[in-house]
Amino acid sequence: MGVNEMGWRLSAVAAATAMAATLFAPAAKAWEPTRTIEFIVPAGTGGGADQMARVIQGIVAKHGLMKQTMVVINKAGGAGGEGFLDIKGAKGNPHKLVITLSNLFTTPMATGIPFSWKDMTPVSMMALDEFVLWVNAESPYKTAKDYTDAIKAAEPGKFKMGGTGSKQEDQIITVAIDRVTGKKMTYVPYKGGGEVAVQLVGKHIDSTVNNPIEAVAQWRAGALRPLCVFDSKPLPVTDKIAGDKAWADIPTCKSAGLDIEYLMLRGIFMPAGVPKEATAYYVDLMKKVRDTPEWKQLMHDGAFNQTTMSGDEYAKWVENEEKRHRDLMKEAGFLASN
Amino acid sequence: MEGIADLLHGFGVVLSWTNFVYMLIGIMLGVIIGVLPGLGGANGIAILLPLTFSMPPTSAIILLSCIYWGALFGGAITSILFNIPGEPWSVATTFDGHPMAQKGQAGEALTAAFTSSFVGALFAVIVITLAAPLVAKFALQFGPAEKFSVFFLAFCSFVGMGKEPPSKTVAAMMLGFALAAVGTDTVTGGLRLTFGSTELLSGFDFLVAVIGLFGIGEILLTMEEGLSFKGKATGINPTVVWQTWKMLPRYWMTSLRSCVIGCWMGITPAGATPASFMSYGIAKRSSKDGEKFGTGEIEGVVAPETAAHAAGTSALLPMLALGVPGSPTAAVLLGGLLIWGLQPGPLLFVEQKDFVWGLIASMYLGNIVGLVIVLTMVPVFAAILRVPFAIVAPIILVICAIGAYTVHNNTFDVIMMLVFGVAGYFLKKCNYPLAPMVLAIVLGDKAEEAFRQSLLLSGGKVTVFWSSPLVSAIMALGLIALFWGGISKGLNRVFARRRAAPL
Amino acid sequence: MSDPSKAPGSPGPGQRIVEMGVALFILALGALAMIGSLRVGIGWGAEGPKSGFFPFWVGLIVVLASARNFWRAIAISPARLFAEWGQIAQVRKVVIPMAIYVALVPFFGIYVASALLIAGFMRWLGRYGWLLTLAVAILLPILIYVTFEDWFLVPLPKGPLEDWLGL
Repeated sequence: MGVNEMGWRLSAVAAATAMAATLFAPAAKAWEPTRTIEFIVPAGTGGGADQMARVIQGIVAKHGLMKQTMVVINKAGGAGGEGFLDIKGAKGNPHKLVITLSNLFTTPMATGIPFSWKDMTPVSMMALDEFVLWVNAESPYKTAKDYTDAIKAAEPGKFKMGGTGSKQEDQIITVAIDRVTGKKMTYVPYKGGGEVAVQLVGKHIDSTVNNPIEAVAQWRAGALRPLCVFDSKPLPVTDKIAGDKAWADIPTCKSAGLDIEYLMLRGIFMPAGVPKEATAYYVDLMKKVRDTPEWKQLMHDGAFNQTTMSGDEYAKWVENEEKRHRDLMKEAGFLASN
Repeated sequence: MEGIADLLHGFGVVLSWTNFVYMLIGIMLGVIIGVLPGLGGANGIAILLPLTFSMPPTSAIILLSCIYWGALFGGAITSILFNIPGEPWSVATTFDGHPMAQKGQAGEALTAAFTSSFVGALFAVIVITLAAPLVAKFALQFGPAEKFSVFFLAFCSFVGMGKEPPSKTVAAMMLGFALAAVGTDTVTGGLRLTFGSTELLSGFDFLVAVIGLFGIGEILLTMEEGLSFKGKATGINPTVVWQTWKMLPRYWMTSLRSCVIGCWMGITPAGATPASFMSYGIAKRSSKDGEKFGTGEIEGVVAPETAAHAAGTSALLPMLALGVPGSPTAAVLLGGLLIWGLQPGPLLFVEQKDFVWGLIASMYLGNIVGLVIVLTMVPVFAAILRVPFAIVAPIILVICAIGAYTVHNNTFDVIMMLVFGVAGYFLKKCNYPLAPMVLAIVLGDKAEEAFRQSLLLSGGKVTVFWSSPLVSAIMALGLIALFWGGISKGLNRVFARRRAAPL
Repeated sequence: MSDPSKAPGSPGPGQRIVEMGVALFILALGALAMIGSLRVGIGWGAEGPKSGFFPFWVGLIVVLASARNFWRAIAISPARLFAEWGQIAQVRKVVIPMAIYVALVPFFGIYVASALLIAGFMRWLGRYGWLLTLAVAILLPILIYVTFEDWFLVPLPKGPLEDWLGL
């Protein structure tokens, strides 16, 4: 408990100071990075987190937002544990950032790798990634209800859900669907979201819960069909993307009887024990990144949920999210035994 | 032939002086990246990617893809000269390339490697030009069972061919599989064989093992025999390129087969590394000089290099047409496309004609430019062997250490590299074959993953591996490859006995 | 069959003992793989094999093959040499500096350690003059620094010297 408490206090202090620093931005402007920033991606190349990190790197370089350069480093080992342990070990180093996905919560719970978000200083939430239920366009299911009815009617394990990784967000959603339908689906883990989408196009699996950006190309090509989105409200983007359909036309899963909501954090953290001015600097930097047209384009293309937070509010959100994941993982039986 | 017209249009887009300059810069950078084991094509592209955002996408992708070609060319250089594969797909090139250098034929080996790379890439680009949509459809057929069968085939066509005692081959190979299993189990998400060590989370990386077993191991063997490289006497011979070219047409069958293997493995996407191993294995079996493979046969350089380059090139197709990267480098390029607002996928070919055909045209030009550049450098590269061992050896050690470090940015890997190096020395002296071990480390977890995904999909029924014509055909090919080796060995033994009997 | 150029006495370690050692070492690794697999479960669940299934059987095969290799190693003539002592000493000349190098990297960074390794090698093994030795030993790490850190933005391990220089 002692460690937890200390970690919590640390991050709370950091978060509070970050908040204060943003309020008094000009005064706290003193800190600037003095060497190359390592931007850790706790996932492989080409995935959603990696892409976002590289976009941020590109935006920072293109707009000259920082005097020092930023380097993206992938540390995907141990379901991202490698990357998080690197941050945990870099206590007090203000030249390291990490972009997180849900494995921030799920990896320590599922594997017992010793780290938690409390070993890090929250910087800011960049966006939330949406999840959409997809089926092959040639399948007979037009709505989420068609699909869940079919699952209910079939024997357990007949329907196959493909997803990225094991005991992570995709499988959490799958288990949640299982609970609604009362029938177990077979979950097949793959390495990356793009691969999952193509496996669905090739009909090797029956459905996926790909993020919008992972499957949009196949949707536009008429190979996949979105059934519903796992959010409380429909997506905001109203441009016609596939024929006469827009992201905004996809109904929520809740309206289709699948009462499941899941959003994934795309957030920035840095090591614990860093000067509060440094955290303030990055909060400000990320804010500048979010104001660029390139970022807005990415948010638009990927139909992201553009909730952003920093400071106290963010730390609080992360804490709640961890609790929620613990419950979800517990219910799904994904917690590591040790 | 709509493709041809599109391609001509593409050449029109690409042919400008600025693009040509980008091409030159890209190739040069790529060769450097390929030579240094610490840098992969993915590094170079990832790092230059942000700089290219202010360029038009076509110019940017030319610059970046040329780095990719350069890296493919460059990987062969250190493999041949120092037995250190700069890139994973050049491991198979060391098998005959380095012995050639030791015999004083470094120039020939380099020329053969570069030329074969070019042939492989050219073949793959032609396939892309003519059959892109068709090929993309073929790639869609590959589910986990099909992928497993491809790995199975790659493995079968490579193993069981050495002169080493079978029990040693088996021990080395299975040890490779065990090493590959360390770390995260991708199917269950749990950890295994880490024994609580956080260092082992990410398992044993193939590159660390290879740099140690081959690179460091080789230096130790060289030290044992005195302070010099065996191929020291190589002279600088500017005509070596022409002389080698005169010999190469003899191996057209090997080249063609390697091209096909490479394209297939690149598209499916199994990748360039298995392609190079598989191609080497098949060439060794089907060549009449197969017995001499491993001692410095030029055909043993042609086969893996052709296949690796064909695979590396064709791996870009699934990326463009399906959005699935066939290699880490392709994955980073994919990220780049998204940043430029280009959505990879089936519609890219329809909506972004300029871009796609510009890229394809740059593949032709980039490879030609690359070939010219690297061939003119052959005498220079070969001359590196003339640097005294006491200077070059520590530099190689340092470069190996950097290579091992950069895999995961972890000094633990540098320690592992040394351990692998010492192990490689003992294993080699005790006649254990290293190649099957390395192949097992590369393919081990991928094959296991595909196997278990297949079983998840089939509900635990093994019959999934002969459930469709495609899977059955590939599995059957694999079994033939496996037993053909045994049969030919058996036949050899019968013949040998007959010959021995009268004495 | 065996090498005729053997000198009397003990000119070096025998092939027999080394092969036996290597076989035992691999056997131990195989056994380790089996133990590790047992921890995570080696069964065949309803949805295919568990985490430890493959490594377990792979480990078992390693153990069996190594046992056979050990058995074969026993049959090797005790007279056959693995290498001469002089050759072993040569190998040690690389392994020991390399081990020191690897140990230094985490503390002094790769640049300082590399400079020391190159200098040591050139000076004591190659017997080069101080001037050339220092030139190569200092210039090469700088070249590496420029290539990796400046050019390709790949951070390599650094130590107190780099901190002091503010790099």
